[in-house]
Order: sequence, then structure tokens, then C-alpha cells
Amino acid sequence: MFTYILRRVLYSIPVLIITSFLIFSFVQISGDPLNQVRQIPRVSQSTIDSIIERNNLDDPFVLQYVYWVQSVFTEGFGTTLLSNAPILPDIKRVLGNTLQLIIAAEILAVVLAAIIGVVSAVRQYSIFDYVATTFSFLGFATPSFFLALILQITFTNIFLATDTRIFYTSGLSSAGADNFLIDRMQHLALPVITLAVLGIAQFSRYVRASMLEVVNSDYVRTARAKGVKQRTVVMKHALRNAMIPFVTAIALDFGALFGGAIVTETVFSIDGMGRYLVDNLGSRDVYPVMAWLMVTSVIVIVFNLVADVIYGYLDPRIRYD
Amino acid sequence: MTDPNLSASQPLPQKPKKTESSISQREKSEGADPVGTQAAELSTVYEEGLEVKARSQWQLAFGRFLRHKLAVASLILLLLIFAAGIFAGQIAPYSFREQVPLDARLAPTLEGQHYFGTDVLGRDYFSRTLFGIQTSIRVALLVALLSTLIGTVIGSISGYFGGWIDNLLMRFVDLILTLPILAVLLVIAALAGQGSPTRVAIILALFFWTTLARIIRGNFLSLREKEYVEAAKASGASDMRIIFRHMLPNSFGPIIVNATLIVATAILVEATLSFLGFGVQPPTPALGKLIDDNRGFMSSLPWLVIAPGATIVAMVLCINFVGDGLRDALDPTQRRLRA
Repeated sequence: MFTYILRRVLYSIPVLIITSFLIFSFVQISGDPLNQVRQIPRVSQSTIDSIIERNNLDDPFVLQYVYWVQSVFTEGFGTTLLSNAPILPDIKRVLGNTLQLIIAAEILAVVLAAIIGVVSAVRQYSIFDYVATTFSFLGFATPSFFLALILQITFTNIFLATDTRIFYTSGLSSAGADNFLIDRMQHLALPVITLAVLGIAQFSRYVRASMLEVVNSDYVRTARAKGVKQRTVVMKHALRNAMIPFVTAIALDFGALFGGAIVTETVFSIDGMGRYLVDNLGSRDVYPVMAWLMVTSVIVIVFNLVADVIYGYLDPRIRYD
Repeated sequence: MTDPNLSASQPLPQKPKKTESSISQREKSEGADPVGTQAAELSTVYEEGLEVKARSQWQLAFGRFLRHKLAVASLILLLLIFAAGIFAGQIAPYSFREQVPLDARLAPTLEGQHYFGTDVLGRDYFSRTLFGIQTSIRVALLVALLSTLIGTVIGSISGYFGGWIDNLLMRFVDLILTLPILAVLLVIAALAGQGSPTRVAIILALFFWTTLARIIRGNFLSLREKEYVEAAKASGASDMRIIFRHMLPNSFGPIIVNATLIVATAILVEATLSFLGFGVQPPTPALGKLIDDNRGFMSSLPWLVIAPGATIVAMVLCINFVGDGLRDALDPTQRRLRA
């Protein structure tokens, strides 16, 4: 097991290096970082020169990459292009908010998907199964910004009609709230639901498929034949084995969740990673953007690593390939 | 396409008449077309009047697809929506930009053909939605075409040649799959997209080929071991000929299904990028942009968000159902239809 973990950890180091190079290349190839700055009339040539000097923009591509990597480690991603403000404090603040959102959404998605998937598989072709299938198809087809807007308007109208706040429709906290936790949950509920819907749609199909496979396997039939109760068969014999491939799917989903957060946070005006990215893309400031991509990539790679290790623990056959 | 060997049920008495030479001829032809002659032999056993009709793989698949009622209904609806989008210029009662201030803020009505109402500037929203569909289709089809091409080429090379090329390409695919894809697309579209549908489509395609490449590679790995590929190799066929004549036609099923699903994903992602303001930009109409422009009026003029939103949902839902039907129809291990 130890060598397996070590091998996985060592493997993710080159992945990380190549990812950082890819991110840098994507952004650099996509356009001149100073394009936007040059279009602002009040920015003088000397300011532009100092920006070029500060960020080594006149150096060759590979050297720029090296300087950038250096700034990531020594200066915490360096500073923004125009205002020269440090990036790291901003990223820390928005990352905390986004992690609350993403983790809550992932837990909601996993729990609901597991329940829906298991019931669908155990009662295959029942009315429940058909309803769940229909909803998951709808979930796949609905763009998350559309769902977010519909939820937002629905709860705004409920508030206007009944004058009671069930869920807030923007921001993360309201001034002067009595109970911080309840207030936060009221704010996070709608973004979390928006973000979780796609996960529920996806995962419930996944759990259903892998449960169906397991339910028809020999050891489950043996357990039944021995007279084990239906509940125990489903929960202990079938579900445990069906969940193994599910672990990888959950970990791989974190990249998609960061993507989903971009839309959700924009609609619900949450001061998180997604909004941070959109704002900086709006001003075409490439350094915060690269920092954003790097931070999320590291998180995604770490989650993949964790998934690999858990997978190896749950299914010993994997360790020896 | 009717194969004469299968369709003609030869009268029984013909068989004993065969001379020595005709038998030896038959043996020769058996080597070239074993299935055909065997089938001819079998068909002689059938009673007269019971004809066996040969169907090509495509006809079989088409038959299976027709049995999938939901998929057929979705295909019809989808074709209607696509036709409405493609011929928006002819169908739309108004142009994309035409403003009639007196007719502003109309709810959906049959009067004056404002089926989806009008916006605050008095522009007909049905027409605007149709032109938005047109852009969606343009982007999505281009993405599907390009990413299918890239995915097929890379998947074929990887699966056919194997070795270090395969290793390199597949590690690259793994890497792309670990990136937070929507964010990367957003960044590149914002910095290099310039709001043009073609550019946005190319950017999407550069990241959408990975799934297909994996599927084709997997398919090729198993096809490589098949006897007919070995036979082709032994008879001196070139790599290109084996790939294009023998292996690719056997991967058409997954390629088509994947292309269908890419159209759906591309519509969703393009709408999302445009909604965030980094995808297709004015003056080109886009469904996502329509929603973004009018989200401020959601409580007073809700149809301005619901019409384009529901259009996206309808298109993607239909494509996914069609894709499901195609998957069932093109899977050759499934032979529910009697031959």
C-alpha cells in the first residue's frame, strides 16, 4: 500500500509541472496581456513600460514561464497587472467561500444521488425509476445559469408575495443577522441546489448502473439464497461494492464543480472563485487568471490523488497493476 | 441493397445437377465469400414462398432506431427546431434588430406574430430567439465536426500504433481531462474568442475531442486483434488502408453517438459562455446573451428569459434522447430486429 501511494504521489508531480506549463501557454498564446491596458487612454507609455519591466514581458516565452513559476512560490502568485495589488490574499478569501459552496453541493449531490440510484436500481422499471430517469435527463439538459435564474426569481417572488425569507437570492450574509450559521445556510441554499443538480443527475445514473451490475452478480444471489434480509443485501453486499467506482467519479467531479461555481456565483453575486475569475477576465488581467487556474488545478490533482488512494484501499486488485 | 445470395431461394432440384467442375468452382468462390455461399446453401432448404430479405447494417440500425419511439419523436422535434433556426432569415416575422417602440413589453401573443412577446425596446422576441438558435446550431455543428475529426485521428493513431505514441497521447488526454474545463474554455474564449461564433467553436473543439479519442483508441485496441485485420495485414494492406477500410467503419457507431452528444454539450457550453459575456457577442445573436441581457426584467417580463432558456433545454433534451436511441440502434451486439 505504501509503495502504491508513493507511486501515485510521485506521478502527480510531473502532472503538476506540465499542467502549470499548459496553463501558462494557453493564456500567453490567447493574446497580448497588455492589449486591454493599452486601450485605456489615461495609461501612459511609461506606466506600460514599468508593467513590462515588472512582469518581464519582454523576455522570451520560456524565461517568462520560469519567472512566473518563481513568483508563484516566492511572492504568492505575484501582483495584478494594472493595479499591482497582491493576488494571494484575494484568492485565499474567495477560495474559502467557494469551498463552502462546493463541498456542500458535493455532499448534497452524493447523498441524494446514492439514494435515488439505489432505489432506481432495486426497483428497476418502477414509476420511481422512470420519474428519476426523466428528471436526470432534464438535469442534463438545463443550463445551470437558467436554473439559477429560475430559482432566484421563484424565491424573490415568494418573498415579495408572503414577506417571509426562506432563502436569500444573492450574497453570502446579511448585515445584523442573529445566527450566523442559519443566515449562511439561507444564503447558500439556492447556489448549492443549482450546483448540485447536475451532480445528482449524473451520479444517480452512475449509481443506478453500477448497482444493477452488482445486484445481478453471483455473490448477491448467494447472499439472497442464504436467506439474508433484503435490506442487508442491498446495504451491505451490493451498495458497498457498487460505491467503489463511484469514489473516482466524485473526485473527478471537482473540476466540473469549480466550473459550475463560475456560473452560480455570477448569478447569486457570491464573492467566490468564480466571480473572481469572471471579474478579472472582464478586465483581461492575466495574472490573477493564471493564479486561479493554477489553484483549481492543484486542488483537482490533489482530489484525484486522494481518489486513487481510496480506490486502492477499497479495491486491493488496483494496487498491483 | 439486396444480396442475391441471400434473397433468392433457389429451387431444390438444382443441386444434384451440379457437375464436377462447377463444384470445384464453388470451392474457389467459397474461399472468397464464405458467408455468401453458405447462406445460399441454407436458403435452398427454405420452403418456397418464404423469402429471406437481406438488410445492410445501416438498414438494421435504422430499423432499431425506429422502434425507439421517444428518440424518433425527439428527432422530429429537433429537426423542426433546427430548420426554424437555419431558415430564420425566411421564417422570422421580424429582423433581429428591428425596434417597434409602440409594441414594447408585449406578453406572448398571436397578434402581430409576437409569439414570444417583445422586449423593452420593442424587438420581436420570437425572431430574436430564432436567430439565436441559428448561431447555436452553427457553433455546435462546427464543434461536433472538428472535435470528431481531431478525436478520430488521435484515437486511431493511438490505438493502431500503440507503444510510446499511444502512451504520450493518452497521458495528454488525461491531463486535459484534469483541467477545470469550463474555466479554461472561458479564459481562452475571453482572451482569444473576440465574440466570433467560428472562433468560439474552434476553441471548444480543441478541448472536446478527448472523450472520442479515448473511445476510438479502446475500440482499435480490440479491433487490432481481430482476424480480418490480421488477414488484411498478411495480404499486404497498408496501415492507412487497414485503418480507413477495415477499422474505422467498425467504429462508426461510437463516433456518431459521440458526435451527437458533443452537439448537445456544445450548445450548453456556448450558451454559458455567451451568458457570462465571453462567448458569442453582439452583433451576432446568441441565446445565452439574450438571457443575460434580459435577466434584469425577470419579474416583470419573465418570457424574455424563459423563451430562450426553454429553447436551449428543448434542443439539448431532444439531442440526448436521439443520442440514446442511436446508441441502442448502432450497437451491433444488440439484434432485437429479426433479420
